[in-house]
Amino acid sequence: MPKKGEVSIIEKRCKGCNICATYCPKKILGLREDGKMEVKDPDNCIACDLCELRCPDYAIKVEVKENNE
Amino acid sequence: MELEKYFRENKLPHIWCPGCGHGTVMSSIIRGIDKAGWDPNKVVVVSGIGCSSRAPGYMDFNTLHTVHGRAIAFATGIKLANPELKVIVLTGDGDGAAIGGNHLIHACRRNIGIKVVLFNNYIYGMTSGQYSPMTPEGSLATTSPYGNIEPPFDLCELTKSANANFVARGTVYHTRPLISYMEKAFAKDGFSYVEAISQCPTYYGRRNRLKSPVEMLEWQKKNSVDIKKAADMEPEELQGKIVTGIFADREKEEYTARYDRLISEIQGGKK
Ligand SMILES: Cc1ncc(C[n+]2csc(CCOP(=O)(O)OP(=O)(O)O)c2C)c(N)n1
Ligand code: SF4
Ligand code: SF4
Ligand code: SF4
Repeated sequence: MPKKGEVSIIEKRCKGCNICATYCPKKILGLREDGKMEVKDPDNCIACDLCELRCPDYAIKVEVKENNE
Repeated sequence: MELEKYFRENKLPHIWCPGCGHGTVMSSIIRGIDKAGWDPNKVVVVSGIGCSSRAPGYMDFNTLHTVHGRAIAFATGIKLANPELKVIVLTGDGDGAAIGGNHLIHACRRNIGIKVVLFNNYIYGMTSGQYSPMTPEGSLATTSPYGNIEPPFDLCELTKSANANFVARGTVYHTRPLISYMEKAFAKDGFSYVEAISQCPTYYGRRNRLKSPVEMLEWQKKNSVDIKKAADMEPEELQGKIVTGIFADREKEEYTARYDRLISEIQGGKK
């Protein structure tokens, strides 16, 4: 069973650099019109952590979800 | 890993520009410290002056923001006075390779137990984009509007030759290996040098046709060559490449240990 993640944005910190969205392997992140990052498709996060590791502003957090399926 | 407990939360968001790589280098350092399992009260983070040198202000350890180029001199005093402290120096390519270059080579030579992380964004960011001793040949800077005519230092080769116990270079793009170099560097007793290739979108990127932070990360990805592969390549092929990996990993006796040993020998009447 693939890992599942719950990803959240700390909006106050996000500077809209788009690094997280560019390298998300599932392409589930995207910039809103106001320049803040948004999780567009939360159910498809695989908790790979790449967004959190690279975010220069500590504005995106990934938690591994318990997989009960 | 929980980063938040190591931040001075009230100082965030930090002052770095959108997409500046320094934030990623700082979190990679914190991940390395967490892995080392050190008591935060025994950790001292020392910096000089520069955008990179602002990092300790966001980190909840004992921190010291000193003067331009002299962080290693302050750190040497701290380590000598109290060898049980874990002393980390954060510096930039201007702070650490230009004005502070001499301190760096002597700290390597002594193999004193300080861990230096140099944020290499190839430019003086804080003072708006003059070239540094690590700016690649041909690059544009405010002080090299027709392209830099000076060859850059390879500080990994230099620190290795100067006796550092541990030397590695990684990039912000390759974040996981970068974190692993921090972990290895912090586990050493002697002098460690980690060079983190960072991006300055504001003063290096824009002027050098790398228009966004992502383009700068793509540049890191495209130009990095693993040190093992680089060993089989010609110097011409390596022009302009970023050689990444571990350059030195040895176990020579650390300076303060040697110093303490001398003191006990003298006190014991052996000298
Ligand atoms: C004695 C002295 N000389 C010059 C300066 C001006 N100055 C401040 S930061 C800096 C260079 C910073 O470059 P770097 O270390 O590469 O850091 P970055 O800002 O790129 O992270 C210089 C020359 C100073 N503060 N003190
Ligand atoms: S990497 Fe961080 S700062 Fe940049 S857009 Fe994503 S969440 Fe925002
Ligand atoms: S953890 Fe991986 S899959 Fe989930 S949002 Fe971040 S980069 Fe995308
Ligand atoms: S000027 Fe460059 S190094 Fe300084 S914060 Fe901005 S992007 Fe980072």
